[in-house]
Amino acid sequence: MLRVEHVHLLLALFMAYAGWRNLREREAWRGAFWLILAALFGTGGAVLDAAHAGHPLPAQLAGLAVIAVALIAPKLGHRRPAEQTTPAQRTASAACLGHRLFLPALLIPLVTVGVALGGAKLQWHGWQLFDPVQMTLTGLALACVLALFAAAAVTREAPSLGLLEGRRLLDTMGWAVLLPVLLAALGQVFTRSGVGDAIAQLTTDALPTGSAMACLLAYGLGMVLFTVIMGNAFAAFPVMTAGIGLPLLVQHYGANPATLGALGMLCGYCGTLLTPMAANFNLVPAALLELRSPYGVIRAQVVTALVLLAVNLALMALLVFRH
Amino acid sequence: MNGWPLLGVAVIALGFVLRFNPVLVVVTAAVTSGLLSGMSVPDLLALLGTSFASSRILLIIVMTLPAIGLLERAGLREHARAWMDRLRGMTLARLLVGYLLGRQVLSMIGLQSVAGPAQTVRPLLAPMAEAAAERIDPALPEAERDRLRALCAATDNVGLFFGEDVFIALGAVLLIQGFYSQHGIELTPLSIALWALPTAIAASVVHGVQIALFQRHLRRRAATRQGT
Repeated sequence: MLRVEHVHLLLALFMAYAGWRNLREREAWRGAFWLILAALFGTGGAVLDAAHAGHPLPAQLAGLAVIAVALIAPKLGHRRPAEQTTPAQRTASAACLGHRLFLPALLIPLVTVGVALGGAKLQWHGWQLFDPVQMTLTGLALACVLALFAAAAVTREAPSLGLLEGRRLLDTMGWAVLLPVLLAALGQVFTRSGVGDAIAQLTTDALPTGSAMACLLAYGLGMVLFTVIMGNAFAAFPVMTAGIGLPLLVQHYGANPATLGALGMLCGYCGTLLTPMAANFNLVPAALLELRSPYGVIRAQVVTALVLLAVNLALMALLVFRH
Repeated sequence: MNGWPLLGVAVIALGFVLRFNPVLVVVTAAVTSGLLSGMSVPDLLALLGTSFASSRILLIIVMTLPAIGLLERAGLREHARAWMDRLRGMTLARLLVGYLLGRQVLSMIGLQSVAGPAQTVRPLLAPMAEAAAERIDPALPEAERDRLRALCAATDNVGLFFGEDVFIALGAVLLIQGFYSQHGIELTPLSIALWALPTAIAASVVHGVQIALFQRHLRRRAATRQGT
């Protein structure tokens, strides 16, 4: 059975490979960075199992490793591994292979969607091909492996060259690739240490309860602010709606809950476009596209986000109290 | 209420503004908030370790890199550019607005993972957009190329966010429904998704105008340079 643990293992092996290549090229910090991450990925399942069984030591060691990675990250610099091929070689190869180059790239979404829709039906006598837990992600990983072999077949190169090129891209992205995981971990620490509750308290304390429109504005802007801080509208929605949306707007002023919820969430989405805390949408693409500033994508989104926020607040004012 | 853990948020804001390494900033903020909330050092380390382990699947984008890297080595980006050169009627604005609308529609029907920064933006959309921009200004300066690539990533994000919100079987709509249901208000997913539609349409218009303005900016720039 294909499980999400297998995906973690593949990721760990790939990172270990990247670390080993860097060590061989005398890039000690980069080598250590990827090797520690490989260890964190490979042992993650065992760490969680031990923690559930009441043994905190492995988790504490993993916590130390996370801190070590954070201390190494500033030392990675911006060095980029050299391209293995010249532009002329690539143009010639592109002219020769043509649209066939698109096929393996298309396999990734096709297989992913196929597994997500039909993966549960792939079973023989009770033996399932895919573990239902996080099946979409297992499907995405399988799609990437199949795409690698398809790419090797189309380009008539060895699949191992994919590791070499993949490692080049991984080092191009560098520490940015890690941010989504660290921010999710930060979110859990914030929740556990009561940061979310404290912000909700501050927002509701500062709230002018006298007018419905002022409450509505506070709710919409609160969703933006909270999303900017937490990096995720899904974290902001329950806090803000339980603090302001439900007790004041719905129960006191009679707002339509469906309209309020949908438009409130969208105010949060405008916040997501603005914040470096939403690293997987804003900082990772900046690294992947090799932008000079890590905040380039956010800068390209500011005007769209603010205009949309204004539109959204206007829609709220018009629609929420109608019945 | 203990307000001291809020200093973690201040660490984040200050760290990003002063341009410290974001990885270091995020971990420092976590340590700050954890310690100020009265957590012991061993508990905090264990919390960091387990939270990292339980969220590590977020790094799955790395899985796409070997296949995309091998295709790039064989000229995938060069081919995307060459293909764009053959599509004469496809201007920069048409390409990006088309991508925006396609991404929105696919996300609305639940196909969010079809596209993304690693799957489509870096290997396909960005080189095609650069080819289209070079048709406007053959000597496209690096700063403009940077802005154009950022605009490609932004277009992918806007299309994803303001399409996904209308999809009823996953994500935002179910979260909203679940929240209200916990508080005794029963709503159908469709009644929530419907109210996201006006903003989805506004998103395509607003971002479409941004794209058109950027194209006009490139054209004017090229025209003034030729004039002098």
